[in-house]
Amino acid sequence: MTLTNSFRAQPDDSGHFGQFGGRYVAETLMPMILELEREYRAAKADPAFAAEFEDLLTHYVGRPSPLYFASRLTEFVRSTAKPGKGAKIYLKRDELNHTGAHKINNCVGQILLAKRMGKTRIIAETGAGQHGVATATVAALFGLPCVIFMGATDVERQKPNVFRMKLLGAEVRPVTSGAGTLKDAMNDALRDWVANVDDTFYIIGTAAGPHPYPELVRDFQSVIGKEAREQILEREGRLPDLLVAAIGGGSNAIGLFHPFLDDEEVAMLGVEAAGHGLDTDAHAASLAGGEPGILHGNKTYLLQDDDGQIIEAHSISAGLDYPGIGPEHSWLHSIGRVEYTSATDMEALEAFKTMCAVEGIIPALEPSHAMSAVIKRAAEMDADQIIIANLCGRGDKDIFTVADALGVTI
Amino acid sequence: MSRLADSFARCRAEGRAALVTFVTGGDPNPAATPAILDALVEGGADVIELGMPFTDPMADGPAIQRANIRSLEAGTKTADLLRIATEFRARHPQVPLVLMGYANPMVKRGPEWFANAAKQAGVDGVICVDIPPEEDAELGPALRAAGIDLIRLATPTSDAERLPTIMDGASGFIYYVSVAGITGMQQAAQSSIDTAVARLKTFTNLPIAVGFGVRTPEQAAAIGKVSDGVVVGSALVDLVAEHGEQAAGPVRDLVAKLSAALR
Repeated sequence: MTLTNSFRAQPDDSGHFGQFGGRYVAETLMPMILELEREYRAAKADPAFAAEFEDLLTHYVGRPSPLYFASRLTEFVRSTAKPGKGAKIYLKRDELNHTGAHKINNCVGQILLAKRMGKTRIIAETGAGQHGVATATVAALFGLPCVIFMGATDVERQKPNVFRMKLLGAEVRPVTSGAGTLKDAMNDALRDWVANVDDTFYIIGTAAGPHPYPELVRDFQSVIGKEAREQILEREGRLPDLLVAAIGGGSNAIGLFHPFLDDEEVAMLGVEAAGHGLDTDAHAASLAGGEPGILHGNKTYLLQDDDGQIIEAHSISAGLDYPGIGPEHSWLHSIGRVEYTSATDMEALEAFKTMCAVEGIIPALEPSHAMSAVIKRAAEMDADQIIIANLCGRGDKDIFTVADALGVTI
Repeated sequence: MSRLADSFARCRAEGRAALVTFVTGGDPNPAATPAILDALVEGGADVIELGMPFTDPMADGPAIQRANIRSLEAGTKTADLLRIATEFRARHPQVPLVLMGYANPMVKRGPEWFANAAKQAGVDGVICVDIPPEEDAELGPALRAAGIDLIRLATPTSDAERLPTIMDGASGFIYYVSVAGITGMQQAAQSSIDTAVARLKTFTNLPIAVGFGVRTPEQAAAIGKVSDGVVVGSALVDLVAEHGEQAAGPVRDLVAKLSAALR
């Protein structure tokens, strides 16, 4: 072993983050998974690949995203905090990316890999539709046919995104198996992949799934943390005290956290979706309410019963409505490098309203969970301390859900 | 000699392929499964695969997905599967029984617990769809220590570079998944099966059983000419879906036709 003092050297050669991660897939997919790993290693070492990725991020996605000092939100927190308390809150504005969320960063990286591997057909799963839209977008950009698997329940509750994907030329295939949500969409995407492994590239949307997906999604999303690190050093001349991000699968969080993992002075907080509450059976907090298990190609914390059957998650945010979490988060949780907490549907809604009213930003419901924790934590921290929160998506897609939750008819 | 090895050897001595039959345990409910398993044996099945239901059967087509849902909705637990296996072993001391399913229910209480419980229930082999050789440590050592065969899968994507990895640590038999796809959907061309089985034989001395998409006695007969075993699953699961608690009769009839076709 080398680099034993680094938290950034995972996964190991076999794709494990400590006891988590790995490659738990059907044998049919193993040669493909191994080829993807070889190809990713080659791409990582190829300056031309990095150049094309960075060029698209700059000119197509619109990076770097701003690091914005949320002065009004900071004042809002200080107005009720004890004297001398109320940390400075910065927002990493990944909601300003093309397609409105961080998802596009990863999709650009993966479609470049697909092109490099000569694949001619793209598939993806989606829950809220953000990853589906981002995948359909890059598929259109590269002129590749694209099939998006989306739970039938989600197709119904995310109609605007379904239409967006269709406009972008994707076929949206409603998934009726199971409860018809993200988990089932991922099952059907894997089934499609097994049957079309020769020509098809599966663009997984979060830092989960079989190795090397958790690693490569993290690497593509790490642009968030790399930018934030440079930006805060330029603005404040020092590193932040706390990073905060919402966790579904955890791709936006690992993207922000990873470049800071070896900075001892930087604390990190991941915020899971507590749905109706951790004391109910309607939440999506895999770390707080789950146990290690094996699903969708990796070993990680899962919501499951005593027999290892997977339990449906619940969150007001379709993007967090998943019974698992990326394996690197399970590892960071187990070694204590990152702290994980949760926010309920109601707490996220409250933060959503605060962000609209105080900052003039309509956040997605996913980062609204993070913002709920930010508002609480900032009030306990000293006024000269600094928080960076990942505002990973904008809330346009969520206005119907929020209206419904607030009892408003649009 | 293990029951699995014994069964394949006996079939070989009879100059025929073994009939390997799959049904999902607890479908339509745990109480109905013993009679269905008996029907498999009475119809002439040589090896029984008992499917362990899972909420997320990623390698299965619609027929077996629905069987998993029916079983779980009927309240089937791992304890029910083990009891069904134990009772089967008491009724059929010589018929090899294989548990087939997904990793999470198998490792939930730890691999040693599962391996020992399966051994005590008289289980001869385990097929775990989503534990490839790379993750063998998850279950393989515990099964080997308990004397249970770990049956590995080979597929149309398993090339010469891949096959030695699959064979290393495999026992019982090799399950050749004849189509790159999910269970019960399409059938592979016979010529591709002939070629694949011949190639597998150069990598292992274990019996080769061919499955996925095998539904009719005619298909079984053609595949049985080149392989050591023929696996039929979705066609039987379809009968359980259609006939529910009365499925034993129709299951026995189909298995008898499949068995006759192999003789």
